[in-house]
Amino acid sequence: MNIKNRYDVVVIGAGPAGSVAARFAAENGASVLMLERDREPGIPVRCAEGVSHNGIAPFIDIDQRWIASKIDVAKLHSPNGETAIMRNNGTGYVLERRIFDTALCELAAEKGALLVTKADALDLVWENDKIIGVKYKYLGEIRTVKCDIVIGADGVESRVGRWAGIDTSLRLEDIDTCVQYTLAGIDVEKDTCEFYFGKEVSPGGYVWIFPKSDHTANVGIGIAGHLAHEKGPKEFLDEFMQKRFPNATVTYTVYGGVPTAAALKELVKDNVMIVGDAAHQVNPITGGGIVQAMIAARSAGKVAAEAVKQKRFDAKFLKKYTKEWDKTLGDTQKVIFKMKEKFMKLTDERFNGIVDFCQKVPADKFSLKALFTEAVKGDPKLMMDVAKAFVVSKIKLK
Amino acid sequence: MKINRELCDVCGTCVSVCPVDAIIVSEFKVDIDNMKCINCLNCLKVCPIKAITEDK
Ligand SMILES: Cc1cc2nc3c(=O)[nH]c(=O)nc-3n(C[C@H](O)[C@H](O)[C@H](O)COP(=O)(O)OP(=O)(O)OC[C@H]3O[C@@H](n4cnc5c(N)ncnc54)[C@H](O)[C@@H]3O)c2cc1C
Ligand code: SF4
Ligand code: SF4
Repeated sequence: MNIKNRYDVVVIGAGPAGSVAARFAAENGASVLMLERDREPGIPVRCAEGVSHNGIAPFIDIDQRWIASKIDVAKLHSPNGETAIMRNNGTGYVLERRIFDTALCELAAEKGALLVTKADALDLVWENDKIIGVKYKYLGEIRTVKCDIVIGADGVESRVGRWAGIDTSLRLEDIDTCVQYTLAGIDVEKDTCEFYFGKEVSPGGYVWIFPKSDHTANVGIGIAGHLAHEKGPKEFLDEFMQKRFPNATVTYTVYGGVPTAAALKELVKDNVMIVGDAAHQVNPITGGGIVQAMIAARSAGKVAAEAVKQKRFDAKFLKKYTKEWDKTLGDTQKVIFKMKEKFMKLTDERFNGIVDFCQKVPADKFSLKALFTEAVKGDPKLMMDVAKAFVVSKIKLK
Repeated sequence: MKINRELCDVCGTCVSVCPVDAIIVSEFKVDIDNMKCINCLNCLKVCPIKAITEDK
């Protein structure tokens, strides 16, 4: 491996956002270096690994190597113990993210991007108030690499935006603090995702069961940051485990945070673009960010390559990416964010009502639109927004 | 602020809520720069494993 000291584009982080941005920048003619702090892309896995087929198919050919299970059914549990079954309108998967993230990096490499693992970005390099490169640590040595564009794809722990002068800090209300166990020795249905709601189970969030086989599953919880102080996600999840899976073995434990904000208003600065979790491009209700990251990264990568061709690295030019993001998902995310604020305040009675409503809809007639519309009933303005979001966006909620 | 390294999983959740960029993550550890820290307690509240305590 030959790391040069100059590239057109340096991508920081090799998650789905980074590898897809790198791929599309390289494919469109830019020279690209990707820096990843960890020893391997995709690990440690900090994810429940649920995605929709329609979400990922445009980016990668489906490969059984990274599919654990195929999901066709969602089961909702209300606070009062009722359940409702909905058949998904479109298949979902539970991934093996460790392999999936690497496969995405392989696609970037095929297009000519170079990935360096164990390379920790430390700061941006400035000259005359202009960003001209990245300082990073590789095998104990501090190095710099020059570039025209830095793409910050550095996940929830992102600092690239801050280095460039964008305030990326989240309000406590807008981060879900999460714990997840991968369980073995349990009985679940391989094609069914389950969700539990209610303030006793998971205040301001939900518990999920994403099966990886009939006997293993990712079982996790996310609770809103401002509600997690006294009793944290681990305590809530352990209580849930006692009730549902008292004899399970935990083969893997995940801690992590999911941004549940509206996406960053400022996605670019001169010479800098921010994508994925780093830009809070996550569905604020479901917490799904894999597909969002890839969609945003495709735009960012293409715009970066175009910027290289035209030698235009100013924020004004790079805003093409911001505009495309708003058009594809950004405007929808704003509406979903408003709905999330409402969701957080839903009482257990309302959740019971929603599950009750779902029970009455035939499983195959079910849509997320119907569910959200029911959830925001009594708020005509928000109902209009929801309707608009579904009309405007051709992309379904995860 | 003080991080209990035995508990900390280096998940980065605390970094995302620090208003003053006082938390630095690397592959194996997280550090709080107490010179920058303004004691807002955000990090302590969101840490999923409660690895952060007030360093009095
Ligand atoms: C518990 C949990 C469950 C989730 N479940 C789902 C789900 O079921 N479905 C879904 O779609 N989404 C889910 N998400 C969200 C999803 O994991 C993220 O949205 C997704 O990983 C975002 O991709 P990314 O590329 O932006 O960031 P990441 O995948 O986090 O990648 C960022 C990368 O940047 C690297 N990095 C950071 N800083 C530096 C640096 N300074 N130098 C070099 N490298 C650096 C990191 O090591 C990391 O590899 C979940 C998240 C959590 C925490
Ligand atoms: S207490 Fe506040 S300022 Fe200090 S490190 Fe934690 S989040 Fe940052
Ligand atoms: S949130 Fe807690 S576990 Fe995660 S990095 Fe910060 S101190 Fe460590």
